[in-house]
Amino acid sequence: MRKLLLESLFRRPFTEQAPSPHDIAVTELATAVGRAVRRRLGRSLSIREVDAGSCNGCELEIHALNNAYYDVERFGLRFVASPRHADVLMVTGPVTKNMREALERTYHAIPNPKWVVAVGDCARDGGCFAGSYAVVGGVSQVIPVDLHIPGCPPPPTMILQGLLALLDRAAKNASSI
Amino acid sequence: MPSLIDVMLEGRQVQQHRPWPRATVDASVWTFAASELAQGRWSLLGLWGEPSTVHMAIMDGYAADIVVVSLDCPDCVYPSVGKHHPPALRLERTINDLFGLSAEGLPDTRPWLDHNRWGVRFPLGNRINALPKAPPYRFLPAEGGGLHQVAVGPVHAGTIEPGHFRFAASGETVVRLEERLGYTHKGIEGLMIGASVESAAQLAGRVSGDSTVAYAFAFSRAAEAALQLVVPDRGIWLRALLAELERLANHLGDVGAICNDASFALMHAHCSVLRESVLRASNTAFGHRLMRDIIVPGGVTHDLSDEGKEIIQMALDNVRLRFPALVELYDNTASLQDRTVDTGVLNPALAKQYAAGGYVGRASGRSFDARRTLAYPPYDDLRFEVPVLNEGDVNARIWIRVREVEQSLSLIDQILDRIPEGPPRARAGQLREPREGMAIVEGFRGDILVWLRLRDGRVERCHLRDPSWFQWPLLEAAIEGNIVADFPLCNKSFNCSYSGHDL
Repeated sequence: MRKLLLESLFRRPFTEQAPSPHDIAVTELATAVGRAVRRRLGRSLSIREVDAGSCNGCELEIHALNNAYYDVERFGLRFVASPRHADVLMVTGPVTKNMREALERTYHAIPNPKWVVAVGDCARDGGCFAGSYAVVGGVSQVIPVDLHIPGCPPPPTMILQGLLALLDRAAKNASSI
Repeated sequence: MPSLIDVMLEGRQVQQHRPWPRATVDASVWTFAASELAQGRWSLLGLWGEPSTVHMAIMDGYAADIVVVSLDCPDCVYPSVGKHHPPALRLERTINDLFGLSAEGLPDTRPWLDHNRWGVRFPLGNRINALPKAPPYRFLPAEGGGLHQVAVGPVHAGTIEPGHFRFAASGETVVRLEERLGYTHKGIEGLMIGASVESAAQLAGRVSGDSTVAYAFAFSRAAEAALQLVVPDRGIWLRALLAELERLANHLGDVGAICNDASFALMHAHCSVLRESVLRASNTAFGHRLMRDIIVPGGVTHDLSDEGKEIIQMALDNVRLRFPALVELYDNTASLQDRTVDTGVLNPALAKQYAAGGYVGRASGRSFDARRTLAYPPYDDLRFEVPVLNEGDVNARIWIRVREVEQSLSLIDQILDRIPEGPPRARAGQLREPREGMAIVEGFRGDILVWLRLRDGRVERCHLRDPSWFQWPLLEAAIEGNIVADFPLCNKSFNCSYSGHDL
């Protein structure tokens, strides 16, 4: 273990090994997200994720946000266990009828001010699951949505981009009050 | 002892069912099959309904023979299989929820997927209005001094899928765990009825996000079996490449995630980096990180370029370089081993009874791997080993995953080396008369079964059975006697799918 830790100390971080344009985009985005978060909320934005019926694809990409390449925590974006600790509710999936109440209750457990981010194509309008007897539809049919991040599933870079857009909007609203 | 063939001869064989036979049998043969399952001579692969028929897929493990038996039940009643063979219990509860066909003698008649929220009962059968008010769901009792209950979910603490767990605990020790699932039920089988083959293939790829390749693969193979469509060689090999990349990414991610649930974050950090490298290579080679919608009936939509080949090779080299050090780290960290060894032991007899697939079965002595036992192409032409252990604990499940990472690396090497040239896809024709097909494909989690009937280029009925159906109940058994705090660890080592199960 010592060898691994030592290597990690001396190796350049994965986030900066960015020869391809794809990775450069991540770095640019990273700086922008960092600035916006600090301006709006100091150094913290807590996210509570709820799967309201997704296929788990979006969850995999949200997980990826925490890996060393994207490392969202360096911007103060944190995934938290309790909605009581959250500023943002991130929802995936078409909302199934069996999950509707759980989603509503999670939303109401989050203190104000709060934002809702719907992630994935089915979170917009049910996607390919729309019209099923077991599906309510998009997230906005159950709770108010501030931002929608499209994709099936959206790659981690797009989810970061979406969070940036949300922060910008939140900052504008705050300055207009 | 009668063989599966004898059972077939008892019934009326259905024409146009491929590749394995299907026969319509009477209630006595149906019950006989159930008792043979209970005796452990055969394994249950699936049990599903239609508005007035029930079907059961059975495998004779030694002969690798598979048959489907069907029983017409015009009175909406059929003899229960679950009464004799518990792995069928939840499947029969589901058939009742969706079709309104009730299993006579079923010991547990509580609804399973139906939480009385759909506004309708028996949505795929003779629909009737939902109950005005459903009686509360009764969890199985656990009684005794000092027992307390812990209710968890459906919204969990982490970024995972929803489901409810009810623990009865004595102090720290779990006395009984009962799962309640169905929260992510989207009615996929309902949406498939009448869908075109193309859109049904897309739906199949969205049953369980981590197995999108395996589901598309299984659906496509079933559709091709029905249509007798021949996939070009290159398409066949590309599919195996996609399937192995998916297996590799999932195993890498999960080995880290299991250790993370034992609070060993270092493994998680390093494994996530390796997983990401595989996803990025997949994205470059096939245009999608999870390789969704690439496999379609007839072949694959995205051919592999030389550049893609190189990128995959580079990702593989990287995994080969870094993964052994992580395996060594796992093996040499006593505090981590203390958590995983002897934790969440699944008894091999149970794994056999439930015909548990994937690493859950193979860590408990069940050697079934669809790639080997059923040897569908191109796996009949590839060299690989199927690792099997008998300990059945979290540690064994991790080691099976580690060995499977190594096997997938070798398989991808062989595929990249030997992949034939030619078109990656054949166009599917349409056939007017009804055709039925079935396929079993080894996803990273275990064997996925897809059965379908096509008519006029549309899906008349399609059933998709996730390996989790036979793994979830075993988690309840494996956690018994462990401490509540070890549940996340045990759960992650099983990593059953919620969405794949709830459908």
